[in-house]
Amino acid sequence: MNRFKEKMIRRFFQLNGLFVIFVLIGIFVLLIRNSYPAFREIGVWNFFSSAEWNPTSFTGPKYGILAQVYSSLIVTFGAMLIAVPLGVATAAYISEVAGPGVKNILKPTIEILAGIPSVVLGFMGIVVIGPLIARVFNLNQGLNAINGSILLGIMALPTITSLSEDAISAVAKKYKEASYGLGANRWQTLVSVVIPSALSGIIASIMLGMGRAIGETMAVLMATGNSPAMPENIFDSLRTMTATIAIELGEVPFNTTHYYALFAVGLILFIMTFLVNLVSDIILHKYQEVD
Amino acid sequence: MVKLFTNYKLAEMSVLFLVLLIAVSSLGLGDIKASNYIQIRGSDTMVNLAQNLAENFMDEYDEYSVSVTGGGSGTGIAALINGQVDIANVSREMSEAEISQAEDNDVYPMNIAIAMDGLAVFTNESIELESLTVEQIGAIFRGDITNWSEVGGPDRAISLYGRQSNSGTFVYFRARVLQADYSDRMRRMNGTAQIVEAVKNDNTAIGYGGIGYTVEDGQAVSGLNILKIAVDEETEPASPLIPENVETGLYPIARPLFNYTDGKPEGAIRAYIDYVLSETGQDIAVHTGFYPVSPEYREFNERQLAE
Repeated sequence: MNRFKEKMIRRFFQLNGLFVIFVLIGIFVLLIRNSYPAFREIGVWNFFSSAEWNPTSFTGPKYGILAQVYSSLIVTFGAMLIAVPLGVATAAYISEVAGPGVKNILKPTIEILAGIPSVVLGFMGIVVIGPLIARVFNLNQGLNAINGSILLGIMALPTITSLSEDAISAVAKKYKEASYGLGANRWQTLVSVVIPSALSGIIASIMLGMGRAIGETMAVLMATGNSPAMPENIFDSLRTMTATIAIELGEVPFNTTHYYALFAVGLILFIMTFLVNLVSDIILHKYQEVD
Repeated sequence: MVKLFTNYKLAEMSVLFLVLLIAVSSLGLGDIKASNYIQIRGSDTMVNLAQNLAENFMDEYDEYSVSVTGGGSGTGIAALINGQVDIANVSREMSEAEISQAEDNDVYPMNIAIAMDGLAVFTNESIELESLTVEQIGAIFRGDITNWSEVGGPDRAISLYGRQSNSGTFVYFRARVLQADYSDRMRRMNGTAQIVEAVKNDNTAIGYGGIGYTVEDGQAVSGLNILKIAVDEETEPASPLIPENVETGLYPIARPLFNYTDGKPEGAIRAYIDYVLSETGQDIAVHTGFYPVSPEYREFNERQLAE
């Protein structure tokens, strides 16, 4: 009887695991099947070589994905410029400098930041950060790339901080003791010993934060102005891949070229986030082996 | 080996069963469509109007219930084509491509004009221009004119604010005023209210939107400069703030707002349309910031609804 029960429990968990894989494969197959007609009708070369995206154009549809891929990358890159130094420094502070009292307040607080709905952050982008950017940089408006980067930076911050902190805390005590023993002070130990030892974990955390930033939709949709032109600098408005899908999927009749083209954009986005997550997984794996 | 195989088989079948269950239940939900329940979706310009109409309609007729959602004219049309709604609110005419897509899906769109809307073009109040011609506005939104000094304003670059492509206002304005694509530097905002807000705060801005969003008690919302518009250089510019200009067609950017249905409206949908076109319904339209159906479109409606 007991054996039977155990077997059932095993099967139950096995089923759960398989279900996740099944869902992932299902999504991937769906994306490929629905984007295949787009590549056939538009042409792979046209799709990837043009920066002009205007499926409902007055003169004739144009499906070029370059400007939105570039826009997604530039906003994400800006977000990383903000979130990485801030996140890693906070992680180092929490694990190496702060006393237990501060640590017990700071870490949960940062993790709560991850729970803020992106639509709320987008709203902040419109009413707070936008006008602030306009004033600071003396622009006529603040719905632009930098606004999106700040919001995405805030979103990636909890992931980067929390996972980096785990990595830094996991550095073996003997390394630090050896460093102190050689006469290094706390700062020298942190910069030359602790952070390098935790580097693979920190990089993995950055990659995960980046994956979150690329795929984020609502906040960038609200705060970046959505002009489909190729952005020339960080003060230009731009439209990311996620925003394009979100804006246009509602208006598109099923099974048209436009519909398939949006799936194609989704497929490219999926591949990009998949690669980022894969790299982070590989790095994390390597790090566990070293430890 | 054999044991492993049966385990997998079991798992596979269970998953398949689960997926089938989900598929069947979602199909079943989609089919429930009580005949006294009307679903309306579409134009954001019309969403307040439709909501007011629906509420009053439900007060008058207990047996019907109506739900109204926005999302843009394009969203409403897509939902009608995909058979998800009974009525699409559309602030433009459906294109031939859309109609043929609908017919491929066995949906035969038919439209009724339910009210008229004047489209205001407005700038930030610091741009002290009084009027522009339709051609000038077109050139500005196409990106051919990029500095205010070219049309008699201050020496500042122009920043453009418009709607997203799922908006009927976006499509109508493009066909009526630009007759070409919008500049790809135009910022695509989520709704007219957001355009108004952005134009108020940007001293180089121009935007467009339904007049109801730009007026408070017959005056322009503070921070906005609502332009008078002339058909061409010879004609007198007309202000949309004077209702007669819109009703007589003197103001050039006025358009009918449509309800699209699948085939001739019947039953509950017909009752709703009749209510909307009644005197009470038209009063509600005026009260919400629109204008009554023009005589030309009243005739059009009669033709559409005739047996």
